[in-house]
Amino acid sequence: MNQKKIVVAVTGLNAIDSPGPGVAVIRAIRDEFKDNVRIIGLSYETLEPGIYMHDIVDKTYQIPYPTAGTQSLLSRLKYIHNIEKINVVIPNFDAELYNFIKIESALRDLGIQSFLPSLEQLESRDKINLSAFGKKHNLLVPDEKVIYSVNDLPSCEEDLNFPLVIKGKFYDAIIAHTLEQAQKAFYKLSAKWGLPIIVQQFLTGTEINIAVLGDGNGNATSIVPMRKLYITDKGKAWAGITLEDENLLAIAKSFTNSTNWKGGCELEIMRTVDNKLYIMEINPRFPAWIYLTAGAGQNQPASLVKMAMGEKLIPFENYTIGKLFIRYAWDLITDVQEFQKISALGEL
Amino acid sequence: MRLKKNIATSDTGFIFNPTTGDSFTVNPMASEILQHLKQGLTFSEFKNLILQKYDVEANQLENDCEDFLNQLKEANLLEV
Repeated sequence: MNQKKIVVAVTGLNAIDSPGPGVAVIRAIRDEFKDNVRIIGLSYETLEPGIYMHDIVDKTYQIPYPTAGTQSLLSRLKYIHNIEKINVVIPNFDAELYNFIKIESALRDLGIQSFLPSLEQLESRDKINLSAFGKKHNLLVPDEKVIYSVNDLPSCEEDLNFPLVIKGKFYDAIIAHTLEQAQKAFYKLSAKWGLPIIVQQFLTGTEINIAVLGDGNGNATSIVPMRKLYITDKGKAWAGITLEDENLLAIAKSFTNSTNWKGGCELEIMRTVDNKLYIMEINPRFPAWIYLTAGAGQNQPASLVKMAMGEKLIPFENYTIGKLFIRYAWDLITDVQEFQKISALGEL
Repeated sequence: MRLKKNIATSDTGFIFNPTTGDSFTVNPMASEILQHLKQGLTFSEFKNLILQKYDVEANQLENDCEDFLNQLKEANLLEV
C-alpha cells in the first residue's frame, strides 16, 4: 500500500537573477521525501519560473498580493486546501510573512501547519529595529540611525562619519561619500520604499551568510555558514562555500537562544579586517541558497517540514566543510497554453 | 611557524582555508614547501632538504622561502 503523500505548499517560485528561495526549498524537500511528497506552488506573478517546472512543482495556484490583506489570502488558501489538502505551508518572502503569521492559527484550524516566527520576533529583527535588537540581545550590529527627514542627515554624518550606507525601509542600499550623495540617496529610496530611511555605519570585510533553523525554544536545530564567493551586481551570492568557524556557529546559537527564533532565517554577517563579526541584517525566512544546507548534510527545509508536522528533531551536529554551490541560469521552454492557463485560470 | 591545523592542501598545489573560505593555488615548489610545513619541519630543516635536492644558491632559496612564508602569513594561513 502506498504511503500517503505529504502535501507542502511553497511560495517564492521566482527563480530569477535575484531568486526567491522557493525552488531551492522544494528541491531540498524532494531530496528527503522522494515520492512521498506533493508540492503545491503558490505564485504571485505569471512568469515565475517555478510554475513551469513540473518536475519541481506538481501544481501551482496564484495567490493574492500581500497588500490584498489576510482575509483575501485566507480565502484563497481555503479554496486551494479544499482541493489539495495541504499539510504544511512554507512562505518564503519577507513581504508576505506578516499575513501568513496573522492567519497561522486559522490555517492550523484547517489542518495546515506552518513553522513561523511570532509577529514580535518578526518585527524586532526588522532593519529599522536592528540597533535596538543588537543592544537587547548583546549582538554586534553596525551603528545606525533611523531618520524621517533629510534634515537629519548632517547629524548622522557627525555620529557615523562618511562613507554612510543609506538603506531603504524594505530593500536597496546606497553608499554615500558626501552629504550631497546622502541627500540624493535619501530622496531616491524614500520615494521608492517610503519612510523611514536607515543610515548605517559603512563596514568593509568578508560577507558571510548563515542559514539557521530555530526550534522556537531557544535551540538552533541547524546552522550552516556560507561565504559568498561570487556576488552579482544586486549583491546576491551566485556561488558560495560552507565554512568551518566556531565563532559563526556561536553567533547563530546566541541569536536563537536570545530570541527563541522559530523557523528558518538567514543572518547576514560582515567579518571585518579586525576579525569582528557584525550582524548586518536578519532575513526572517530561508535564503535562496538554502539547497546548500541539504548538500552539506543539514537539510533545513525538510527539517522544517518535519518540525511543522510535530516531529521533535535532535539538532544537527555536523555538516560538510568546503561544500560549494554555483548557481546557473537555464532557459526553460514551454508553450503559450501553459502561460495562458496560469494567466486566465490562476492555476497550472 | 606552522600551517594552521585545519588548512587543506593538495598535491596539485591547491590550498583551502575552511575558516575564511579563501582558496589559493601555488606552484610545485611552493607546494613541496607546504608539505614540509604540514609535517612540522622547521625553516632550516626544509631549507636543507631543498638544498640537497635542487641546484639552488642558499641565499636565493632563503629569500624565496621568506617571501613565500610572508605570503602565507598575509593570507592568514600560519599559526600566530
